[in-house]
Amino acid sequence: AAALRVAAAGARLSVLASGLRAAVRSLCSQLTSVDERIENKRRTALLGGGQRRIDAQHKRGKLTARERISLLLDPGSFVESDMFVEHRCADFGMAADKNKDFTVFGGSLSGAHAQKICKIMDQAVTVGAPVIGLNDSGGARIQEGVESLAGYADIFLRNVTASGVIPQISLIMGPCAGGAVYSPALTDFTFMVKDTSYLFITGPDVVKSVTNEDVTQEELGGAKTHTTMSGVAHRAFENDVDALCNLRDFFDYLPLSSQDPAPVRECHDPSDRLVPELDTVVPLESTKAYDMVDIIHSVVDEREFFEIMPTYAKNIVVGFARMNGRTVGIVGNQPKVASGCLDINSSVKGARFVRFCDAFNIPLITFVDVPGFLPGTAQEYGGIIRHGAKLLYAFAEATVPKVTVITRKAYGGAYDVMSSKHLCGDTNYAWPTAEIAVMGAKGAVEIIFKGHENVEAAQAEYIEKFANPFPAAVRGFVDDIIQPSSTRARICCDLDVLASKKVQRPWRKHANIPL
Amino acid sequence: MAGLWVRTASLVAAGRRGRWPQQQQLILSAALRTLKHVPHYSRKHLMVSRNLGSVGYDPNEKTFDKILVANRGEIACRVIKTCKKMGIKTVAIHSDVDATSVHVKMADEAVCVGPAPTTKSYLNMDAIMEAIKKTRAQAVHPGYGFLSENKEFARCLDAEEAVRIAREIGYPVMIKASAGGGGKGMRIAWDDEETRDGFRLSSQEAASSFGDDRLLIEKFIDNPRHIEIQVLGDKHGNALWLNERECSIQRRNQKVVEEAPSIFLDAETRRAMGEQAVALAKAVKYSSAGTVEFLVDSKKNFYFLEMNTRLQVEHPVTECITGLDLVQEMIRVAKGYPLRHKQADISINGWAVECRVYAEDPYKSFGLPSIGRLSQYQEPLHLPGVRIDSGIQPGSDISIYYDPMISKLITYGSDRTEALKRMEDALDNYVIRGVTHNIALLREVIINSRFVKGDISTKFLSDVYPDGFKGHMLTKSEKNQLLAIASSLFVAFQLRAQHFQEHSRVPVIKPDIANWELSIKLHDKVHTVVASNSGSTFSCLSREAGGSMNIQFLGTVYKMHILTKLAAELNKFMLEKVAEDTSSVLYSPMPGVVVAVSVKPGDMVAEGQEICVIEAMKMQNSMTAGKTGTVKSVHCRAGDTVGEGDLLVELE
Repeated sequence: AAALRVAAAGARLSVLASGLRAAVRSLCSQLTSVDERIENKRRTALLGGGQRRIDAQHKRGKLTARERISLLLDPGSFVESDMFVEHRCADFGMAADKNKDFTVFGGSLSGAHAQKICKIMDQAVTVGAPVIGLNDSGGARIQEGVESLAGYADIFLRNVTASGVIPQISLIMGPCAGGAVYSPALTDFTFMVKDTSYLFITGPDVVKSVTNEDVTQEELGGAKTHTTMSGVAHRAFENDVDALCNLRDFFDYLPLSSQDPAPVRECHDPSDRLVPELDTVVPLESTKAYDMVDIIHSVVDEREFFEIMPTYAKNIVVGFARMNGRTVGIVGNQPKVASGCLDINSSVKGARFVRFCDAFNIPLITFVDVPGFLPGTAQEYGGIIRHGAKLLYAFAEATVPKVTVITRKAYGGAYDVMSSKHLCGDTNYAWPTAEIAVMGAKGAVEIIFKGHENVEAAQAEYIEKFANPFPAAVRGFVDDIIQPSSTRARICCDLDVLASKKVQRPWRKHANIPL
Repeated sequence: MAGLWVRTASLVAAGRRGRWPQQQQLILSAALRTLKHVPHYSRKHLMVSRNLGSVGYDPNEKTFDKILVANRGEIACRVIKTCKKMGIKTVAIHSDVDATSVHVKMADEAVCVGPAPTTKSYLNMDAIMEAIKKTRAQAVHPGYGFLSENKEFARCLDAEEAVRIAREIGYPVMIKASAGGGGKGMRIAWDDEETRDGFRLSSQEAASSFGDDRLLIEKFIDNPRHIEIQVLGDKHGNALWLNERECSIQRRNQKVVEEAPSIFLDAETRRAMGEQAVALAKAVKYSSAGTVEFLVDSKKNFYFLEMNTRLQVEHPVTECITGLDLVQEMIRVAKGYPLRHKQADISINGWAVECRVYAEDPYKSFGLPSIGRLSQYQEPLHLPGVRIDSGIQPGSDISIYYDPMISKLITYGSDRTEALKRMEDALDNYVIRGVTHNIALLREVIINSRFVKGDISTKFLSDVYPDGFKGHMLTKSEKNQLLAIASSLFVAFQLRAQHFQEHSRVPVIKPDIANWELSIKLHDKVHTVVASNSGSTFSCLSREAGGSMNIQFLGTVYKMHILTKLAAELNKFMLEKVAEDTSSVLYSPMPGVVVAVSVKPGDMVAEGQEICVIEAMKMQNSMTAGKTGTVKSVHCRAGDTVGEGDLLVELE
């Protein structure tokens, strides 16, 4: 099924419910008038795979494609296209689909499907409207053979062509296996429904026969696996209804296309609101943790923060919020988890988010409390140099307004990486608790004063000299040392000034991020 | 018992004075507030408390140049406030973790006296003496709790001796820390077994809270009222009684709601109690503010309980109805000035009620401690007749080291009805986020018909809520109001989602407000709603895109789930999530420190058997097995710090 140019929360948007309702079998061979045939076909199409299958879908705690769309969009705003397209499989057999039991043709991908999806994506790119895919697909339709495979590739190509032009979101609402998984992987965001959705290249049966591993669908590719271990999906929701309501909420943060500015919504939270609780949020002992999400909630409009990947690489926090009504992307080190250090996973998580924001004109606000990159063989063998470079690259490349607040530690290379002044940060602030240095006092003293007797005195001297915001401030590496309670007011003001920011880059075919 | 206590009181005063350096004097007492570092609400507060405050300060009456306040939190702030009014410089003491707290900011000087645990800081006599020397403070004000408690007297007991004494007195008995107060280290025992348990827990608690594990055992009078008389004496043999305070609403022997005057006393009983209290104070030559506690039975017979030689937590209600600043009077008499008032000057003006706002979950045993950071905090000082004594600010931490009190909320009115109505409004307008709080319980108590009638006793909570506190029970019209509030919020959020300030997002469909058909799930019942709002005060605590909404309404937080009619119809196809079986697992109900673990894997435990003891906020809580079974695994060790919801022990 496919749809086009509809208003979800007051916007243009294309929806691809790949899978459920799809092409329709030719039912009406007898001679009827054209009008009647149209009517008949519409009715059959609306029923999808028939009442029995709708019931079966409901019994599994899932909704049909049409029901899903009715929840996702504003009432009456959905216009379906290609309702009359039929599948092109000559020797289709119903039996093959029964076990899979999806409403129409198990949502497996036919040539006709792919054609419909491509058509709508092409139009979305032309008009500049986001694409949302509701995936509930059984993989390639074996009966159609190579035509299905071609269909996949056609979609992949569109995903890539549309990448960075319009936001693309995938919501996985059922099994999605085989080649079908690459379409979500190519889109900007992948969300999953807990307990009913799976993403894997090969299912448990194949895994068993190849590697002799016993694994369930849920363990192999359930929402928990992908949102906590693999990082394939960006968030998981309780059920279809919850997921679609959240998707509506999420959609409001995004611009329609890369040609549009970050959306600005009516705001009831004063932009100059002081936040007194921030003055004491950073603990006095620099080894003590605090929750960066507390700071984010206090600073943004109405404490609303849509976190991306909240359960994966938790030492970095990324997500969308609004400042004075304008969508912003927030990146923050999380001192509560692994001291907020950067490692492979957190660098990749942060980099992908930063690049999305940059592609769609969403200003970036970075809260820094980073003790450095995580040391160790696991990280070095895993290629922390290569992966850490991604985050560095992403911040350096970003031309959207960049505001950085150093709340506490900003040590070593990690300081540079986290949207520092040197990477063309537009406004860089330090709180009075900031410590901007090459490393912490203890480590530094051990190196500089190796074998020295009075270690404590040396450490005190180091802290006095380096573990404060002044060395950076006198060099202009931070623009101001601000009272934490004024952070919201300062950022809102800066974003207004930076709204017209324009940066020219030399021509190139495309940049070469260290993948 | 009375004689013993009297002796105790006098000796404490004398003994202490002997121990402090000559030029210093000890003032026994307590509480008001201001902030040096002024957010807007503290200014408002100054104004309000001036209205409520005391007789003026006479600048010619020289008292002290500098006082050290040996306490923390709201009481330290309260004392500092009066000192400021009297032109006295103040020294705060604090532990490491309190370095940025409000009382430190308010004081002119501050000295760190040690790390977080109270025995190493606020009870660390050497460090405090050092601070006094260093800052040249001329007097020390201990507030209440910590050093203010009389700890020199009381016999050392062991558990068996405790049982013997308890038998002699006759059950039920009360076991309490001799140094204690405020419910800590206090337990009631109805038989030998409970006496042994109570003895063990109380002495551990007493040791950790007061640095003194000695206990008292006394007769426990069942179902009484707790009414106390405020007295004030000077060094010239004068003493006054400043009317009574009704403190019967208690849980675990700790007061929750107090008021002055008591609705129960007539003028005659009041005078009789007052005169006895004054006679007692005079007999021991007591020269400060003190409290004589009585138990009063239903026939208005009163029994002397004990005399507290300090200011009480609940002293503000007395200040409200008498117009005196008790801290100021304490400082004056400590300097040797005679009292400024005659007994005839002391009248009762209006009515005052105090609610102790705690960081506690009232749904668990009327209040298990909760900890956290006050991510948002706003006191309802914009309302008339409201006084708040607190020692915290937005961003403050409620830690496991100290008492979980957030503030004392006092409302004052021309009569009891007005004071209670103001309390209702104040509780509704109090913004506390980041920690669980007991506002729901407080609000229920003050609107409860028995409370409003004045039909109360110390067993009020367990009588009214025999199955534990369950929150406000909505009437039909209240329920409709709540549904309407939720609906209007939902519609407002939905409509605003379409208000983009750019041209590219013109909604295709014009929203038609009259067509909002909603479906709200509350207490597992689904209601179909078309919204309207009749405008009572509520707070929307959280809202999720999935439809979950938490609304604080009439004090209680209601969890609701709101969807459009369409979404609700489709929602019935969603599967129920399987809940975790919790009968065989024991989770920590609160954050705290594991003091003892009494089982190991493989042990058989009976239902109700103690599995481990968790100490939080200085209270020892015994965790018991939910069913009979074998211990499968133990996930905690003595000394571990555990968070709320952490797995402690699993049974087979």
